[in-house]
Amino acid sequence: MSDNKTLSFTDFRARVGDLRGKEYWRSLEELSRSDVFDDFMHQEFPQQAVALDKGVDRRDFMKLMGASVAMAGLAACAPPAETIVPYVNQPESLIPGKPLFFASAMPLGGVATGVLVESHMNRPTKIEGNPSHPTSMGASDALMQAAVLGLYDPDRSQVVRKLGDTATWGDFIAALQPVVTAAKTNGSGLRILTQTITSPTLGAQMQALLAQYPGMKWHQWEPVNADGVREGNRLAFGSYVHTHYDFTKANVVVSLGSDFLGAGPGHLRYARDFMSRRRIRNGAKAMNRLYALEGSMSNTGSVADHRVVVKPSQIEDFARQILAGQSAHPVVATLIKDLQANRGASVVIAGDEQPAAVHAIAQAINTQLGNIGTTVRVTDPIEVAPVNQLASLMELVRDMNAGRVQALIILGGNPVFDAPADLQFRKALEKVPFRAHHSLYYDETSLLSHWHVPDTHWLETWGDARGHDGTVSIIQPLIAPLYNGRSVHEVVGALIGGLDQTAYQTVRKYWFANGATEDTWRRWLHDGIIPNSALPVKGGAATAPPPTANRQPATEGIELELRHDPTIYDGRFANNSWLQELPKPQTKITWDNVLIVGPKTADKIGFDTDDRSELFNLKKTRFAEVAYRGVTMRLPVWVVPGYAEDVATVYFGYGRLAGGSVATEKGKGFNTYPLRFSNALHGGPGAKITIDRGSKPYPVACTQEHQSIDPKDVGERGIIRSATLAGYIANPKFAQDPHHGSDVSGHGSESMYPDWDYSNNHAWAMVIDTSVCTGCNGCVAACQAENNIATVGKEEVVREREMHWLRIDRYYRGEVENPEVFHQPVPCMQCELAPCEPVCPVEATSHSDDGLNDMTYNRCVGTRYCSNNCPYKVRRFNFFHYADYDTPALKPMRNPDVTVRTRGVMEKCTYCVQRINAAKIEAEKENRRVRDGEVVTACQQACPTQAIVFGDMNDPKSEVAQLKAQHHHYALLEELQTRPRTTYLGNVRNPHPDLATPHKADTGHEG
Amino acid sequence: MAQIFHRSANTLSRVTIFGAVFIAGFVLWVIGGIVRSPYFTNQGNALEQVVPFSHQHHVGGLGIDCRYCHTSVETSSFAGIPPTSTCMNCHSQIWTNASMLEPVRASFRTGKPLVWNRVHRLPDYVHFNHSIHVAKGVGCASCHGRIDKMNLVYQASPLTMEWCLDCHRAPEKFIRPREEVFNMGYVAKNQATLGPELVKRYGVKSMTHCSTCHY
Repeated sequence: MSDNKTLSFTDFRARVGDLRGKEYWRSLEELSRSDVFDDFMHQEFPQQAVALDKGVDRRDFMKLMGASVAMAGLAACAPPAETIVPYVNQPESLIPGKPLFFASAMPLGGVATGVLVESHMNRPTKIEGNPSHPTSMGASDALMQAAVLGLYDPDRSQVVRKLGDTATWGDFIAALQPVVTAAKTNGSGLRILTQTITSPTLGAQMQALLAQYPGMKWHQWEPVNADGVREGNRLAFGSYVHTHYDFTKANVVVSLGSDFLGAGPGHLRYARDFMSRRRIRNGAKAMNRLYALEGSMSNTGSVADHRVVVKPSQIEDFARQILAGQSAHPVVATLIKDLQANRGASVVIAGDEQPAAVHAIAQAINTQLGNIGTTVRVTDPIEVAPVNQLASLMELVRDMNAGRVQALIILGGNPVFDAPADLQFRKALEKVPFRAHHSLYYDETSLLSHWHVPDTHWLETWGDARGHDGTVSIIQPLIAPLYNGRSVHEVVGALIGGLDQTAYQTVRKYWFANGATEDTWRRWLHDGIIPNSALPVKGGAATAPPPTANRQPATEGIELELRHDPTIYDGRFANNSWLQELPKPQTKITWDNVLIVGPKTADKIGFDTDDRSELFNLKKTRFAEVAYRGVTMRLPVWVVPGYAEDVATVYFGYGRLAGGSVATEKGKGFNTYPLRFSNALHGGPGAKITIDRGSKPYPVACTQEHQSIDPKDVGERGIIRSATLAGYIANPKFAQDPHHGSDVSGHGSESMYPDWDYSNNHAWAMVIDTSVCTGCNGCVAACQAENNIATVGKEEVVREREMHWLRIDRYYRGEVENPEVFHQPVPCMQCELAPCEPVCPVEATSHSDDGLNDMTYNRCVGTRYCSNNCPYKVRRFNFFHYADYDTPALKPMRNPDVTVRTRGVMEKCTYCVQRINAAKIEAEKENRRVRDGEVVTACQQACPTQAIVFGDMNDPKSEVAQLKAQHHHYALLEELQTRPRTTYLGNVRNPHPDLATPHKADTGHEG
Repeated sequence: MAQIFHRSANTLSRVTIFGAVFIAGFVLWVIGGIVRSPYFTNQGNALEQVVPFSHQHHVGGLGIDCRYCHTSVETSSFAGIPPTSTCMNCHSQIWTNASMLEPVRASFRTGKPLVWNRVHRLPDYVHFNHSIHVAKGVGCASCHGRIDKMNLVYQASPLTMEWCLDCHRAPEKFIRPREEVFNMGYVAKNQATLGPELVKRYGVKSMTHCSTCHY
């Protein structure tokens, strides 16, 4: 290593001043431009730095060679024999070789998002959003995409257990009899704990149960709950109501700690609606404006026009200032003016994690501005029985401790793991004489229960649930239960006494009693929604301004912010390796949870720049000791820009002790639920954090700098090109290279290689609008599911061997404490003059007639020359046999239209060529050209904001051709003359003119 | 100092060097021959099936159309293997006691499918689509041979990539009018003039880039 000339924090502040307007950066290490970082940057193949663990001597070498030659001979003998098994009676609608799509809905936190599930010969393989469903609008997120892996997961619980031993459903029913008999006389001993329920059928079943066993109590708890929203709305409107928002009508949006674009009920719809006002096309003069107040960096904050970095505990004060209409903070003062100017066309939205008071204030502001009824819609609750879930859980714990609970049946959830630490749920649970747990995995709660009943995945059972606006979807199964699961309707049905009722019968019976006929039922199933079932919008106004909270201002220590994990949620997806390996949107960390702090805080706790830079190159970090409310915990520290000073964020969901091999071994991480207290569910002040310099550094699999393009090698206009709206209006061509002019295709410019002729063919191309990308990862997960992309595990990610074909690069600009953030999805560019093609010695990568850089896996011999020569670093190599060929449960999950790659093979994005070919074949059969919009790539289909547009740029009417004609259209590294087919639209932001301190480049007048 | 090698060593070394080129060439030629041979490609190898179904009898003798059983050949990548119920359409009425058909009846009775041995097998990294070939005028017999003359079906063509490319490079030599696709005995009278005309009429392209089949 070099002699470590690193800069101190103040030095690189000074550096930022110099570079303002000129340079975008991805990490603090890059910003400091230390020699350490430069070394790191210039290792062409850092993967190769890992040598064999021990040397191989000559004799071993001969043995290995001999063996491989012999085996190579054996393997080449003859193709394996195969059989074909036709149906006995073939279903009418099923054509072998063609997928069918079924509408269903994925419930999360009780709220349904409509999906269309692709089914190959009755095996669900891929999930898409349902365009008719108001919560999805055809978009999907990473959690939806990963649900197919969750379905086939062989670690799921497969059998009923009694005290850990195998039992049967019949045994469980028999064991229930004394419980229900007792409940008939003294119902109060029987308790049921569920998660949030919006399902009308399950609601009716629960009501029937309550009627049958008077005194029985129903408790609800989910660690990611909307208690703050519910209680805040009750404060504001007088009773439990549900609110949802219409961002299409909002000119100004203020987020009070809300990540409405990234998580929570309706976030896909909100992202679609919000970004529909930010699509800049030629001649655009207006767009909406987003102010975000937050302590940590969320997806929403990362695309805000103004991001105010505040401690989470200060958000309430700022909310009150907005309500009062005056603030000393310059941005907040402008924000107030902006809101006043857009009465009835603005939204103030508080985060789900915010306390009830903030929600009440937000609704009071919305009422003041006349937004209720226009942009804010108030309806009856979507939950069948809205309660304060924390109070409900606390009541249950109190009663368990007092011995008042004779039997507890837990339907879903994992309270032993995720209940607030101070409630000591585990101890209380052990006092209950009869405990049963119904869940997908044999998890922490199952271990402490007498009985465990495996649940069904939502893809294998019937059900129903409401979307974010109350629209009901019938959940229909795509496959019979794989692992002997029983649906929640069956378990509750068994308690009621209807033993023979299947979930299908229960759901159907409910809806036939509520207006369904055979015709409408079929229509509902086909469409995926029950039409006009959205809850009617009520009038109403938030009444009396909420009382001033009695809080002590936090002066000491660091404020801890507790959030659910962006990929594995509250821990329920911890066994899903797709989600584990998905880089967390803002930190780009995989397989782990860390303590996230800003650089100033890092300095304060003793993790200084020198130390960080040195460890960074080793992809490691230090542990910190966190002392918070009497709990101490060691967590690895990760330093991220854009954090409020004295704020540390911790994600919960990791550190599972049971519930699958991925959750408990490969992706274990650290259990941070012990930091969660019932009176501070989302964190609080008073944490003491000190760096443990003596401990062994901890490796972190962060993809931040992987497959990077060195900014120094980039032309003067850079990788990210951005402007303010005013700058765009002044110079719409801000993104174009002054030297290459508007001709980003590069045609007519000098090149050593002859041009391809595409005039008689399609010319597939993609344009990505960076203005509307939120960095949500939906596209990355969709690509993984569509293209059978393998996961590699934490150690391999550390070696930069992750296989995602599509990555989202995240760049910062400006101040370290509050930088602007830019997201840039980077798939294969499909260059017309591709550097990868001429260097392949075996022509495994070659040019197709319609301009794709084909990748022929069976030809590849793994020289990796192509990857070496790719300036965009979009090629991925199978260093080992990452694809799991052996696990039988995972075989039916794969997309049969895409080859599963083996070891030693290069792979990359080919614009979902399987989808292109399928569309081309259908068009050719009708002797016509493929119509615009007929080919939709997996990433495009998933994208909630429609940032990705794909099509044939030879067709001048196609959307992609029109986007290529936009003034702010540009190509990445266009000066390399690769003529990429994937191009970008420059990023346009809309800061308030009073506040804009434009970067030079933003005004469109580069000096 | 005396010579170590005899003079004849010169000739020997020349022959060896010269010969090595030929030997290497010969070895490659042999390998090339082997991988194209029926031993490797399974060409001409009739497989035993659970029911000795005779295409000769059903197609050649009775004149049943290919699509009666292979229903998805015009719509899907997979031509389709008939479900047991298709067999029983006729065999619930005729040959109802034939012992040869007992597996079919058993399948229909028990609901357990018949298991056929696959004759035409492409590797998993090749994506072949029947429907587009049929739509563009590639006859069944062009690839599958005279099925109507086979008792047990065997693979008539080598199914090597080279063989695929023969047609993909010059489709005009092989394609036939759409109405003759399912005609087993079709013989073109004037392929030299008809071929180019059909290529134009059906919009047939010579597709030879890799992602036509490999992805």
